[in-house]
Amino acid sequence: MQKDVRFAKSHEWISPVAGGVATVGISAYAVEALTDLVFMQLPAVGRKVKAGESIGEIESVKAVSDLYAPVSGEIVEVNTALPDQLETLGKDPFGAGWIVKIRPDQPAEIDALLDRAAYEALIGSQPH
Amino acid sequence: MSESATPPLPRPTSLRETALCQWHAAHGGRMVDFAGWNMPVQYASIVDEHLATRSSVGLFDVSHMGRLSVTGPGALEWLESMLTRKVAGIVPGQFRYTLVTADAPAALEILDDALVSRDADATDGTPRMGLVVNAGNRERVVAWLRSRLPASGVELVDHTLDTAMIAVQGPSAVDVVAGLSPGGDGTRIRALVNYRGTTATVAGHAAAVSRTGYTGEDGVEVTVAAKDAVAVWEAILAAAAPLGGRPCGLGARDTLRLEAGMPLYGHELLPHSDPFALGLGLAVNLDGRTFPGCGALATMKAGKPARVRVGLDLGSKRSAREGNVVLGGPGHRPAGAEVGVVTSGSFAPTIGHAVAMALVDPAVAAEGTEVEIAIRDARQPARVVGLPFHRRPAGGGKTPVAG
Repeated sequence: MQKDVRFAKSHEWISPVAGGVATVGISAYAVEALTDLVFMQLPAVGRKVKAGESIGEIESVKAVSDLYAPVSGEIVEVNTALPDQLETLGKDPFGAGWIVKIRPDQPAEIDALLDRAAYEALIGSQPH
Repeated sequence: MSESATPPLPRPTSLRETALCQWHAAHGGRMVDFAGWNMPVQYASIVDEHLATRSSVGLFDVSHMGRLSVTGPGALEWLESMLTRKVAGIVPGQFRYTLVTADAPAALEILDDALVSRDADATDGTPRMGLVVNAGNRERVVAWLRSRLPASGVELVDHTLDTAMIAVQGPSAVDVVAGLSPGGDGTRIRALVNYRGTTATVAGHAAAVSRTGYTGEDGVEVTVAAKDAVAVWEAILAAAAPLGGRPCGLGARDTLRLEAGMPLYGHELLPHSDPFALGLGLAVNLDGRTFPGCGALATMKAGKPARVRVGLDLGSKRSAREGNVVLGGPGHRPAGAEVGVVTSGSFAPTIGHAVAMALVDPAVAAEGTEVEIAIRDARQPARVVGLPFHRRPAGGGKTPVAG
């Protein structure tokens, strides 16, 4: 699964669609950049979202960051265990650190996102 | 309407660097623009740095703060005429918290909060005074003070760029610094009470050491020549590291001062603040004294403030931030009315959840009052509590450290 994930420029990753549903999380780079995560707000299941819309918040000691929907679709599941174990986001970003599952309106939207090489080039160009 | 006492100064086009800036960058410091200075906000984790300061030792580069000397036969009398806090009677080695105020044409303007000190007198007996001011206010404060200097008898020199200041904070801080000072110097450092200072040799370099800080912990601040800063910093860090000490950024300094209930200029304390409503009445001595703005301060002291500073305990992981509106709680009439505004807020690492300071209507300022804070789309319940949020254990309270 890790090999096929795509990334949004805003550091969310999204898996390929399986059974009509794709899994969304945030990159280890984003977790490392945020540091000291203390709070997470998840969206409601059943919410219809548009690509680029804020679907939640991740708060560190210093600041609040939005979590954005990488594609348009419907939120079908959220990782309710995550807010109480935010360290999972950094330790296992593609596993237990998943955030939401989304049923994309147009699965082709995923293909238009950054592949791993393009994402790594993006973060490599950012001040760390 | 009211005009500023001094004109705004042009912003620097590039960031200033303290003598320790390169050290921070080379040791993982995440460097940010803080009041025009390139400063570390953190090295790895703000929470780890915060907790190290509470349990052991944290080292903070506070060289960006302004260090001014005021010397000459008229120095003491002149400062007495300029500051809200009484300077007459201050003895060598003593520090006092004060406000620096200007009397703009129309109104009082608080330019800064500061520490005023008296060093050992010069050999000819003239007093040598010091002021430590906030980085972001230094140039305006210096310009204001210079505009009020008498024709002779007082010399004001800004030593910010030729010195460095290291805050060593935490229950083991005094031991660590005293341990680097041979013989009588170490003994004098250990004997310092709060708001007293001494000169000493620290790690082989001439230093001024004061039992002051901005974290709510015991500790000292060590001022050395800029050229000695890296050597002294590294010596203190080497002595502190086996105890769990670590370098800390300004992020931890902010969460530590928040837990300690200390106001920060630009957040709690503003140019037109009522210091009495902020709980800073002790910084204003009006008894038979004349200084810029003293009349306006006397009026404030006699009046009833519209808003007073309180602590808010959110009990949540979600933090309130500066500017969030405070609303009346369930019992408040009218329901949901705006009753104040958050001035500082964060997750508090020692406490384990979020706390905030706010300016609120006196009607909701009593401890135990339930309020709500509008945080983006959420309404976060909070309770008014006394300040500080965290108080260090009594009696010096050194936390045992394993090993």
